[in-house]
Amino acid sequence: MQDMLVGLREAWQLLLSLDEETYQIILLSLRVSGTAVLLAALMGIPLGAFLSLNNFWGKKLILNIINTFMGLPPVVIGLVVYLFLSSSGPLGELELLFTPEAMIVAQTILVTPIIAGLTIAALSGVNPMIGLVATSLGANSWQAAWAIIKEARYGVMAAIVSGFGRAVAEVGAVIMVGGDIQGSTRVMTTAIALQTRMGNFSTALALGLILVLLSFLINLSLGYLTERRGR
Amino acid sequence: MWMYEINDLQKNYQGKKVLEIENLQLAKGKIYGIIGPSGGGKSTLLRLLNLLEKPDQGEIYYQGNLVEEDEKQRLAYRRTMAMVFQQSVLFNTTVYKNVAYGLGIRGQRGEAVKKKVAQALDLVEMEGYEKRQAITLSGGEAQRVALARTMVLEPEVLLLDEPTASLDPYNTGVVEKLVRHLNEEKGTTMVWVTHNMFQAKRLAHETLFLYENRIVEQKATEEFFQSPSDPKTQAFIEGKMIY
Repeated sequence: MQDMLVGLREAWQLLLSLDEETYQIILLSLRVSGTAVLLAALMGIPLGAFLSLNNFWGKKLILNIINTFMGLPPVVIGLVVYLFLSSSGPLGELELLFTPEAMIVAQTILVTPIIAGLTIAALSGVNPMIGLVATSLGANSWQAAWAIIKEARYGVMAAIVSGFGRAVAEVGAVIMVGGDIQGSTRVMTTAIALQTRMGNFSTALALGLILVLLSFLINLSLGYLTERRGR
Repeated sequence: MWMYEINDLQKNYQGKKVLEIENLQLAKGKIYGIIGPSGGGKSTLLRLLNLLEKPDQGEIYYQGNLVEEDEKQRLAYRRTMAMVFQQSVLFNTTVYKNVAYGLGIRGQRGEAVKKKVAQALDLVEMEGYEKRQAITLSGGEAQRVALARTMVLEPEVLLLDEPTASLDPYNTGVVEKLVRHLNEEKGTTMVWVTHNMFQAKRLAHETLFLYENRIVEQKATEEFFQSPSDPKTQAFIEGKMIY
């Protein structure tokens, strides 16, 4: 309990002190997870929409694969990306291992199936007449698909928020492909893990609280944006 | 030239025949009432006329042109028609965005759209409703918005699939008045599916009886109800048909 209180105080002090390293860690976390979620949304939403709005042979199999990948452990993704990017791996020449870019790649792989899966779930809740009505009003197939996606915007936004939550909170993949290098690839989760291992519970807790606060603020602003765009 | 001409058409769902039309001609500028028991193929016919579905067999001519498989051509034709469904499926946004939808996807923007939307809302007696969220509307209001959403497009053909089936007499009156107005002022061709024979009598120039996936009879409305040729039509009109 004592640690918690000290943690709270320290979190506040950390934020106010404008400690450069802390801010760097926070910013890198946001940059890596933000970019990964953006890329994942650009792939996952169209993929989810395509799968939801079309029927074809093999669709069930792809849905099962996506569902499986939604729960893929980050360390497994970290391991696979590591093997691909390591100097002896097929993409070793790119020299991406232990860079923020490698972390972005790993988190994008982690988040894309989540966004795709949740987009499918969101679209399945839309009144099936919406597409037909849009078409009867003169929409082409793209415009009709967009009308359906817009109807599911709250669900799609929830998919993005969940994806961001998953990305910013995971530690297994970023630590494997990023290496938790101070000043270069250290993000909030890896810093928390390190501080905990070093016995600095209050600092770890402080970072944890900041992480939660940031997630909360991002959820809040995304929710606000969705609400406004819909009106 | 006919607005629609259909020859030897057949439509199946999962191997079951749902509509079979040897020949059907619909003239420009007329109101057609389609009556008949449920499951007789009325909604399927409307969807085929709206080019939302393709027949499994046969030909549809629209304004003298054969409707082909080509999606571009179908879209161009579809954009001269509009359909009001039994359930007013509105987009989950404002009344304004609902009514402006069809104009937006045709690339129209700005003040002209605003004006057209205001005029259409005026016609359905819902002036000033632009900012209301569609989900807050009553059933009657929602159906009137759905009608405004099609009227704003000034379609050459308006297809109506039992649009007043779940409306109260006041809202039914508003919709009927509008449809007649649109037909008289703009010469819009109307195909109105209804369960209400009185509605067909009130509005339609010609009435068709669709039974067991076929058109049993098509006649000028007065003659249709006074002296139907087919005993099945007679039985249906008199409420004696068992189905």
